[in-house]
Amino acid sequence: MEALLDNFWVVLLGKVLIVAALIPAAGLAVGFAELKLSAKMQNRMGPYFAGGRWGWAQLLADGIKFFQKEDLIPEDADEPVFKFAPALVLLGTVALFVVVPFGPGLIVQDLDIGIFYALAISSISTIGVLMAGWSSANKYSLIGGLRAAGQLIAYELPLVLATVGVVVMAGTMSLDGIVQAQAGWFSETGWTGGLPFVIPQLIGFVIFFIAALAELTRTPFDMPIAESELVMGYLTEYSGFRFLFFFLAEFANMFTLSAIAATLFLGGYWAPFIPDDVLQFAGPIILISKVAILVFIIIWFRWTFPRFREDQLQTLAWKFLIPLSLVNIIGTAILKVVI
Amino acid sequence: MTITTDPDVIRHLSEVSVSVQIETADMTLNIGPQHPSTHGVLRLVAKVDGERAYDVQPVIGYMHRGYEKLAEVRTYPQVTALVNRIDWVSGFANEVPFMVAAERLMEIEVPERAQYIRLILSEMARISSHFVFMASYPLELGAATPLFFALRERERVLDLMESVTGGRFHPNFNRIGGVKPAAGSGSTQRKVVQDLPKGFLAETRVAMDEVLGAADQLEDLVAGNEIILARTKDIGVLPPEVAAAYGVSGPNLRASGVRYDIRKTDDYLPYDEFDFTVPVGENGDCWDRWYVRLAEIRESAKIIQQAIDGIPSGPLQAKVPKVIKVPSGEAYVAAENPKGEMGYYLVSDGGQGPYRLKIRSASFSNISFLPWILEGALVPDIIAIMGSLDFVLGDVDR
Repeated sequence: MEALLDNFWVVLLGKVLIVAALIPAAGLAVGFAELKLSAKMQNRMGPYFAGGRWGWAQLLADGIKFFQKEDLIPEDADEPVFKFAPALVLLGTVALFVVVPFGPGLIVQDLDIGIFYALAISSISTIGVLMAGWSSANKYSLIGGLRAAGQLIAYELPLVLATVGVVVMAGTMSLDGIVQAQAGWFSETGWTGGLPFVIPQLIGFVIFFIAALAELTRTPFDMPIAESELVMGYLTEYSGFRFLFFFLAEFANMFTLSAIAATLFLGGYWAPFIPDDVLQFAGPIILISKVAILVFIIIWFRWTFPRFREDQLQTLAWKFLIPLSLVNIIGTAILKVVI
Repeated sequence: MTITTDPDVIRHLSEVSVSVQIETADMTLNIGPQHPSTHGVLRLVAKVDGERAYDVQPVIGYMHRGYEKLAEVRTYPQVTALVNRIDWVSGFANEVPFMVAAERLMEIEVPERAQYIRLILSEMARISSHFVFMASYPLELGAATPLFFALRERERVLDLMESVTGGRFHPNFNRIGGVKPAAGSGSTQRKVVQDLPKGFLAETRVAMDEVLGAADQLEDLVAGNEIILARTKDIGVLPPEVAAAYGVSGPNLRASGVRYDIRKTDDYLPYDEFDFTVPVGENGDCWDRWYVRLAEIRESAKIIQQAIDGIPSGPLQAKVPKVIKVPSGEAYVAAENPKGEMGYYLVSDGGQGPYRLKIRSASFSNISFLPWILEGALVPDIIAIMGSLDFVLGDVDR
């Protein structure tokens, strides 16, 4: 057993299997939450038939349906790009899972530059979206893809700048290290000085959350899809399991980006009054409940707000969020030196 | 990298940069006829430069059903079934002006009670039509939830209409000389003469209170939203002169600040007996068009409540011959429909059906200025402006 766990390839296989199982599970859970919550907000029932109770199998049934559909590729489409784009979108999500710490030591791979890696890899999905928009040979798709690209450039900056404050406070870029830096408030040994970064970094958290919404292309920043304007944006020409890929990536991405936000600002897997040896097992539950809160807010936004216009979104990013996050960094840095 | 100071090289480089020109091709974006936000089968051919449209041409006619021609080969009672399908969101309101036109030619005095019933149901049609707008417009701006709130209230109104007329969308309830006197059971030999269903008036009064509450709720839901305001304020401004030049009518005209309402100027129904105001907007932008419609829902609910208080008893129909023949002559009757001025120009040669029927529908005029107003608009604004005009394609193409 010991020898087996030391074998690099066996461990790698195990990690790959865990991530491959977690992605669809997270996607399905978030998707189902969206179905049920939107129904609640709109005086509807939501799914109730599939699976017998609460319609829990609705998304599984949808997935099976998508696999049965014909894999349509438009005649004028750039075929290799068109086929690869959904995979690339999902890839960004999968790669993001790698650095999320679910508990002490419960992390697929703890990187010293974890947060840097997470922000870099999450932009890959947008390249996939741009590829999808370009290769579909559809004008609506093209506009949707270009909007996504413009959105990426505008919102990647505040996303990165908002995390700088956290990195300055924690003194590390490792996600596990950031969690450790927040740990300690109200533990059994009393106050040890830690605080979830959402309290000192409230501005940073709000900026991060808004930018993450834009990164996820969720309402009120869902212009790349904008079904009332662009039919379905870059998804217009996709069908069958390639559409499913986008679908799954969207929901799984909501989970992972919320997990990153929870790790950075809400204390990650750490919670007060829980001894360290219990944390080993309770960590994932604590993190997932924090993620659930953030996912709920994202879904709540979606069914409450209309969408911005593209130029209003750019104005918000360049004229408001970026200057504000720069001010936040300066303030954090000064306080760090003073205290 | 080395930095050159050789003036020749610098001059050469500057010339290179000048001679490089990026060729940009303009894109023709075909919006519709199958598109989520064109309310059916309107087609817009938009020439866009990036996201900015500099030339938008609407293409209509995909829903042409030839009602004007069809009316020439139908008898007067049969035409009722045609006209309530013109603007299917407010079917009842379409029937009234046609009936009034025929009645004016026949010089029939319609009983008061029938007129009141027509008025109540017309205002209900207005409420239900405006609720559809309240449902669809935020959807076009990207907010899905108000749809369910607005349609739930509309269902309440439609249920009441159904209890009287038997139809939710196409009531087919007007008759020349009044409204349908016999409903429900009854054989051809012995018709059961029925009045309004039992409890209808009391239930309507409660429903109208609910409608007023729903209007407040919708205002809370939508009007307080910063994004909605950012998307609609000062977007698609329609000045009153342009509106008048294009023959715009209804809430779209009133949103531009013109206080013109046929309910106040004509007597096709006894509106002069009621106390109501005509809401107008200030800027004529998308927001005003939304707000005027919300205000009209409130006014309509108040009119209905007054009508319930004052509804006289009496017959539902005047004495009319078994076979209806309209004396030869011409009549034009326009009504203030939810979408705007709905007029019928009826020419009769004394036969059993119209000799010629010209339908002046509101939506046709209300979208005629689309090329003017959409010039230079962004693609998202095209949808926002189009949605705010609240047209129905059946009303455009007939």
